[in-house]
Amino acid sequence: MSIYSTLTPEQFDAIGQELDAIRNREVADLGEKDEKYIRNLIKRQRQLEVAGRGLLMAGFLPPAWLAGVACLSAAKILDNMEIGHNVMHGQYDWMGDRKISSQQFDWDNTCTNTAWKHTHNFEHHTFTNVLDKDHDIGYGILRMSEDQEWEPRFVLNPILAVILSTFFQHFVAIQSLKLEDYLIYKTKTKEELKEEFKPTWKKMRKQLVKDYLLFPALAGPFAPFVFAGNVTANLARNLWASQVIFNGHFPEEVEQFPESVLENETRGHWYVRQMLGSANFEGGRLMHIMSGNLSFQIEHHLFPDIPAHRYAAISPEVKAICEKYGLPYNTGSFMRQSLSVWKRIVKLSLPGKSKPAGKGLRGKVVSLIGEPKSATRQAA
Amino acid sequence: MSATTQTSGRFQQGLSRLLQSRVAEVLSYPHGVDRYLEVFNPLWSATEVRARVDAVQHLTADSVTLTLKPNSNWEGFVPGQFVQLTVSINGKRHTRCYSPANSLHRKDGCIELTAKTHADGFVSRYLRDAVRVGDVVTLSPAGGEFALPAQRPERVLLISGGSGITPVMSMLRTLCDEGFKGEITFLHYANRADDMIYAQEVADIASRHENVTLLRAFPEKSEGGELTGLFSSEHLFKSVPDFAQATTFLCGPPPMMAVVEKVWEEQGITDRLHKEQFTLASAAVDEDESAEGEVRFARSETLVTNDGKTLLEQAEAAGLNPESGCRMGICYSCTCKKTAGKVRDLRTGEITSGDEEDIQLCVSVPVGTVTLDI
Repeated sequence: MSIYSTLTPEQFDAIGQELDAIRNREVADLGEKDEKYIRNLIKRQRQLEVAGRGLLMAGFLPPAWLAGVACLSAAKILDNMEIGHNVMHGQYDWMGDRKISSQQFDWDNTCTNTAWKHTHNFEHHTFTNVLDKDHDIGYGILRMSEDQEWEPRFVLNPILAVILSTFFQHFVAIQSLKLEDYLIYKTKTKEELKEEFKPTWKKMRKQLVKDYLLFPALAGPFAPFVFAGNVTANLARNLWASQVIFNGHFPEEVEQFPESVLENETRGHWYVRQMLGSANFEGGRLMHIMSGNLSFQIEHHLFPDIPAHRYAAISPEVKAICEKYGLPYNTGSFMRQSLSVWKRIVKLSLPGKSKPAGKGLRGKVVSLIGEPKSATRQAA
Repeated sequence: MSATTQTSGRFQQGLSRLLQSRVAEVLSYPHGVDRYLEVFNPLWSATEVRARVDAVQHLTADSVTLTLKPNSNWEGFVPGQFVQLTVSINGKRHTRCYSPANSLHRKDGCIELTAKTHADGFVSRYLRDAVRVGDVVTLSPAGGEFALPAQRPERVLLISGGSGITPVMSMLRTLCDEGFKGEITFLHYANRADDMIYAQEVADIASRHENVTLLRAFPEKSEGGELTGLFSSEHLFKSVPDFAQATTFLCGPPPMMAVVEKVWEEQGITDRLHKEQFTLASAAVDEDESAEGEVRFARSETLVTNDGKTLLEQAEAAGLNPESGCRMGICYSCTCKKTAGKVRDLRTGEITSGDEEDIQLCVSVPVGTVTLDI
């Protein structure tokens, strides 16, 4: 049984208040430090990008090609994660600089700002790990939860997961179209789909023209080297970003919830759901920056609009709250979390429920609380 | 010399055309050329006016005068017009309007802005205390109807109060640099002689130019000054008897301007009076919880009485359909521009400034009348 159903309403409220206190403190402290951090990071990202694109122009020399790909991959990862993802969360809206705001920022990715904010900021962050509401559970392609009914197509789960990761930016770009509604469930017409695809296609086209036509053309006879370099950099970003995101929500112990939890959900309940539905991974400063601090996925889901570079400092407090109330704080090495995710993907390709119950942290935790109090709501 | 200037001018033009080209746009997509240029030099931009602070002076104890060297996107101004200056204070951008005080004919191409600090002058205090030579600030193009006409008037009367001196200072300096032959009367009201910005320079100009008459007015006779007390019609009738024939430019605090305007109205010559309204922060907001005022949805031309609910709820109740999402302040789908008024953040209880800024509708409650760009 999940800890979610054993906490009392008073405990939910108390958790809510403690986390709100952290939030308010951090918001009050926003200032020059955050501005310096993000501006400096943007500067580094642009430098890496210019260097990467420049080096690829000399891509016929193998060392230049390799260095160019490395720089451009790093630039795209920084742009999408620590900058783009976080800026579009509104983490820097308070600065009043529209160029670094959730309203105007756009990223080096085929997904549009508007579509991203809808599927990610709204659907995924509000309904985190709620089946049928959080489209990130499998992106309409994969079976990522025991409670998702098995269909024959899910036999291909591992293969589809590899394809999803490889073309991650494009899948994210079309995520808001809910393609499965047209292809599989037939609840959407072709015309509706076409109309919805328009803005995305406009952006996709620009990104593709830039990376695969214009920059290669600038290199003249060496166009193939630039083309190959850009393909590789986009691939590196896709694989890295998808793995970081999978690690945040799909290690085996992370919970999913039925839609019923949303009824009359309080702030405290919402916070607890975020903590149960997210997982961190460990690493050094560089690892955190390159993952957009989504290595602190738990903190990010509690405070999605607080500048992500602050999560590391907040995490001991969140951990302490988890300990106090017997909630799991799911973390592990990048390798451990990745393996756990892929194990889940493979397991779920087969029918049936095979969720490990009361294992690990959660087993320990439940016993700490002792007598389960009257459950106010039922969770999976 | 001129050949070099021409070549560099042509080079600059070519460069700027290249940077604004379609190819540059696609290559720098989605960030835009500027976002790459500014990495190399914060002053560089294909479109934005940015300026480097060249000098910081304190002409009086409570004022600061900034000399700004703008980049090539600056298209100049007409004496009297204002610019919007944007600075970042503790991470947050703040924008205020200031009128350049320099002559149009200044040789080094610099702009001079003077700000007077007052008790709640958050930005002016920052400008006085924290701005350093070498800092880069953002400017808007110059704007405003208050401007010296291209066809210079024959007789000019400049009336200012306090920091309202800056736009008329620009007019005075420009006219004198041009060798303007008509009569100019410079009538200025200040609280104390020591607080009068540009006191020395105005006195110098008046002594060097026979056609310039300087009239300084202070509340106390002991402060010196040609006149004493606040503005009154007697001052005019006695010291500027031909004021009805002059083209008058007026800039100062609202109460003073109201009195001046009344005189011109009584004389039936309001068409000869040009004035610059200083927009001051609206009256202090009542802190108690009762809902007051109205919510104005400017773009949809809808107006409702503020019922104290969140702006998102009020917009929806008014039949509008602003984009929204989580309704709890985390997804930023409902962020929109507030053009005037103050709002309270439901989560922190904090009340925002009355400035134009982006707010989240779902967690913002209007405090008094609020105007939104939806």
